[in-house]
Amino acid sequence: MEKITSPELLDQKISECTEKLSAKITGKGGKRAILVCGGTGCLANNSKEIIEKLEALIKEKGLSDRISVNHVGCFGFCSQGPFVKIYPEDTLYRAVKVTDVERIVEEDLINGKIVEDLLYVDPQTHEKVARMDDINFYKKQKRIALHGCSVINPDLLEESLGYDGFKALKKVLTEMTPQEVIDEIIASGLRGRGGGGFPTGRKWQFAANVKSDKKYVVCNGDEGDPGAFMDRSILEANPFEVIEGMMIAGYAYGANEGYFYVRAEYPIAVQRLLHAIDAMEKAGLLGDNILGTGFSFRCHLRLGAGAFVCGEETALLNSIEGKRGMPRPRPPFPAVKGLWGKPTCVNNVETLAQVGYIIRVGAAEYAKVGTAGSKGTKVFALGGKINNVGLVEVPMGTTLRSLIYDIGGGIPGNKKFKAIQTGGPSGGCLTEKDLDTEIDFDTLVARGSMMGSGGAIVMDEDNCMVDVARFYMDFICDESCGKCSPCRIGTKRIYELLTEIVEGRGTMETLDELKELAKITKNNSLCALGQTAANPISSTMANFYDEYLAHIQDKKCPAHVCKSLSKYYIDPEKCKKCSACSRACPVSCIKGVPGKEPYVIDQSKCIKCGTCMATCKFGAISHE
Amino acid sequence: METIKINIEGHIYEVDKSLTVLEAARSVGYNIPTLCYWKGGHNSLASCRVCLVEIATARGGRLFASCVYPVADVPAEKGFVIKISSPMAVEARRASVELLLSNHNQDCQACVKNGHCELYEVASIVGARPGAFKGSKTEVHKDEIAPGIIRDSSKCILCGRCIERCKEAQGIGILGFEKRGFNTFVSPIADRSFAHVPCIQCGQCVNVCPTGALSEKREITCVDKAKAEGKFVVVQTAPAVRAALAEEFGYKIGELNATGKMVAALHRLGFDRVFDTNFAADLTIMEESQELVNRITKGGVLPQITSCSPGWINYLEYYYPQCIPNVSTCKSPHEMEGAIIKSYFAKAHNLDPKNIYVVSVMPCTAKKYEAKRPQNANAEGLPDVDAVITTRELAAMIKRAGIVFRELPEEEFDQDLLGQYTGAAPIFGVTGGVMEAALRTAYHTLTGKEFGPIDFKACRGLDAVKEAEVEINGLKVKVAIASGMKNAKVLLDQIKEGKSPYHFIEIMGCPGGCINGGGQPFVKPNLKPEEGADILETYREKRAAILYSIDEKCAIRQSHNNPDIIKVYKDYLGEPCSELAEELLHTTYVANREKYPEVK
Repeated sequence: MEKITSPELLDQKISECTEKLSAKITGKGGKRAILVCGGTGCLANNSKEIIEKLEALIKEKGLSDRISVNHVGCFGFCSQGPFVKIYPEDTLYRAVKVTDVERIVEEDLINGKIVEDLLYVDPQTHEKVARMDDINFYKKQKRIALHGCSVINPDLLEESLGYDGFKALKKVLTEMTPQEVIDEIIASGLRGRGGGGFPTGRKWQFAANVKSDKKYVVCNGDEGDPGAFMDRSILEANPFEVIEGMMIAGYAYGANEGYFYVRAEYPIAVQRLLHAIDAMEKAGLLGDNILGTGFSFRCHLRLGAGAFVCGEETALLNSIEGKRGMPRPRPPFPAVKGLWGKPTCVNNVETLAQVGYIIRVGAAEYAKVGTAGSKGTKVFALGGKINNVGLVEVPMGTTLRSLIYDIGGGIPGNKKFKAIQTGGPSGGCLTEKDLDTEIDFDTLVARGSMMGSGGAIVMDEDNCMVDVARFYMDFICDESCGKCSPCRIGTKRIYELLTEIVEGRGTMETLDELKELAKITKNNSLCALGQTAANPISSTMANFYDEYLAHIQDKKCPAHVCKSLSKYYIDPEKCKKCSACSRACPVSCIKGVPGKEPYVIDQSKCIKCGTCMATCKFGAISHE
Repeated sequence: METIKINIEGHIYEVDKSLTVLEAARSVGYNIPTLCYWKGGHNSLASCRVCLVEIATARGGRLFASCVYPVADVPAEKGFVIKISSPMAVEARRASVELLLSNHNQDCQACVKNGHCELYEVASIVGARPGAFKGSKTEVHKDEIAPGIIRDSSKCILCGRCIERCKEAQGIGILGFEKRGFNTFVSPIADRSFAHVPCIQCGQCVNVCPTGALSEKREITCVDKAKAEGKFVVVQTAPAVRAALAEEFGYKIGELNATGKMVAALHRLGFDRVFDTNFAADLTIMEESQELVNRITKGGVLPQITSCSPGWINYLEYYYPQCIPNVSTCKSPHEMEGAIIKSYFAKAHNLDPKNIYVVSVMPCTAKKYEAKRPQNANAEGLPDVDAVITTRELAAMIKRAGIVFRELPEEEFDQDLLGQYTGAAPIFGVTGGVMEAALRTAYHTLTGKEFGPIDFKACRGLDAVKEAEVEINGLKVKVAIASGMKNAKVLLDQIKEGKSPYHFIEIMGCPGGCINGGGQPFVKPNLKPEEGADILETYREKRAAILYSIDEKCAIRQSHNNPDIIKVYKDYLGEPCSELAEELLHTTYVANREKYPEVK
């Protein structure tokens, strides 16, 4: 692309690109467009091969000048991927395999007939749904941070320009003073989407108030919560809007250099981000004297090595500086003394992805969405025991019930909902009684959990909450940086006590000690990782105390998860003496005589894997 | 000084606004316990969580690490109250220590740090409950093969003081955290031995370690063995030892010049001769100033750099081998003394040098390696010095022998060929001292006149880098002094780039010189509140003051006027830098050295 050297040229470019993209979507000019999901999940399910086969077949059939094939970012509905979408009809095919491509080309592209068996089937109504917007999963969503995801090709600056990209940048550079930008963000009520929910505008104001020869913007893309992938998807689907948000932040408080910190496990996000930076530099949208306004900005990328603690902003800054990822004491806060000692605001990917929208539509319009204390939308990564696993963006204030049942499609196998863990390992679990809570930063905290980065893991009756707490504590033990003693040692002690409980060695004193340790790690730790490390304990103890008691007093795991506390039995009356269980047993601990004597499990050797129970066709095996 | 009013427990105090809460509290009489904080160092870790205090406002209180929390952020006028003894703060501090103890090797009685352990003391201060928390312990990593320093991670509390000291004060950064979470430990990279990394063995890390995780490699048993074998055991003590030894016996820092009592103790420990390394310090000055004069007058490589500090020599060989031609070839004083004992002294007494065992009492851990360098031995490979013990080890030997230090009389060093010393010698123990001593003699060598006034104040003080100019015979001799490798680096980089304006540079490995050496008594922020709140900033000056006072009290204050020195040249060595002097008193350095010898 030729250099865009002035606001007028940008306007011109934007209108050209907008027209082009809109023609692609509406089929203006008689051309059809195929969009294939190029997110990490779908790529892992062969979406690249699907694209290649589509291209080859279209070429073979001589349709190349009438049909274009494009890769786009994540569609969000990951459990149903890979997706193939056809414009202008707006037909959405899901779970497409390479072997389906030929039919799509033959039946749909050539004969104009929808390939029925590739359509989404609503699990409740069993009806086939052809259009994306008619699927329940998408109906209640509002896409601000995910703007452009599954629409634009993330490798093309032109498509970003054609889909609202850089309008906000132009607006701030030509129409607004830096203070006006900060005021606008403050007025919008935007709060940091990385976990803490600190008001973004106020953070920028702190940095703006510090006089310094150099300031930095840092974008935190070190998404570490197990099961969370919103930052990855945004960077993969529309890196341009995040860079634009970063530049607006830089303009607002006087920074001319930005660092992206993205985990190395996100190679596609990294590649697309680097590509976007390169394209913008070539177009003159990054570099010196952008659009001739005198504003200069440069972007760099640093890869994280996958340490959870590097999502903590001061540890992240250390890591960018090439030091070990360990948190620094605050104050001084990064906005005063951050990267290389200079004022720095660390903003999450999703936060920066909302900035452009706020500037485009105005703070007042943005603030119409959401609750009193939390404005706008939030992206959640729905996972665990839920039908519609995927990425959803909903207005703040959506209820958990709506999130789980309307959008998430409920629990598979009609199992009973038990809890939803929000906020990742630092968060807590919410239960049945919280289902009608309107989700925002403050209500979640009030109910003993937190927003975190937006991970939402659903658990059903088959989950043991003590085991869940132990799982998170195991994660935290691994991810503690080791710097401060309450986190380093306290979390290990908590993990050891939980192990005692799930192995049937716990006593009521163990619970007292757990409570004490939870308090210590919360109060004494240096950074948020340690301060929140015991949240899963406190939260599960508050909501599922009876499960703890069952483990301790009855030596039983109600969900039959904790192996030390469960036993498998074969009912001799029901046993058909078929020997299937014996043959399936991985440790050969089931003995009997085929056809003659019922089978018996040797409890001393049993590893409680449950294979026998799953194998028995006669329901003769049970566990307690 | 800008001040601020703060509220501690309802009492208003006016304190220096630049301080942290912990420092401010100390300045007004509260000794908040801590294990990672070190004033005068660079510790900004806030890792131990022992100094937690509650900072309360009308909205409630929260805990903060007082060691890093600025008082500027908690002005009394805005309603901030610092609560040191609120139940929340008291419980929190106790819990942090109890957690540390639950992962600590509590073999306290047999620990090298017994009696000096800060964790031990702090556990008592916070009222730690026995066995409050139990559980598994982190895997143990030990390093016992390096010549000067040993490491035992089972005692480590991961405070990070050693890491910061090595990196910030010495500019080296040998130590770091390895692994993560509960598995974290402190070590050179990838759990290597200090012997296998470019560690300079200075022992600064040992000095700041609050527990027994880092310690000197002890050589007391080697001395015992030599005695048991009937060797002629000669002991010599470095100047800085006497400035600090008394601290081990309950004296305040800087309170006592321990020379007389130390000599008395050494006599009672059964050494065959008790000598003062000061004699050899004078000898060093004779050789080194002659070398400087030679370099200046004959167009040798300049600037010349001193060579007394083995930590510095290790640094030279590892990091600045290109500066080797600049470094004086003089052995360090105790090596010279050893060489003279095993030649001149042995000959005079008709002793077999092989049967003489020379023990050096040094403020230093790097000297332990220096004595093992093959270059510091005679032609037959007989080492000049056989064992090096630190000031701390000497104190341990004195205590072991049941000697009551306070009640010892003052005794004199043995006057036997190498007994006398001048005021130029004791000041070797403090940064700038060698320079001052050398200038006194070099001036005399070049002009035939005594340098006056004798005190060359420009060399004194604990500044990072000092520089001065002296006019000798019309030549403006420019000198510079640095202690601590981070400071020395500035001067070395100038040399490397060919931009050094100096003729003579003194470099000491440890910040402040030998008074702050890695073998000196521990300065314990928690243990000795009677020292006052500012002890971590003032202990070096207090020790230095003892050495300068010894210099002032000496009748003779220039090395070249020492009668025993004059005699040794007349009777044995000939003149400074003679062939025999070169053989006995000078050494060589190795570029790109790889490892230390492993010492089992």
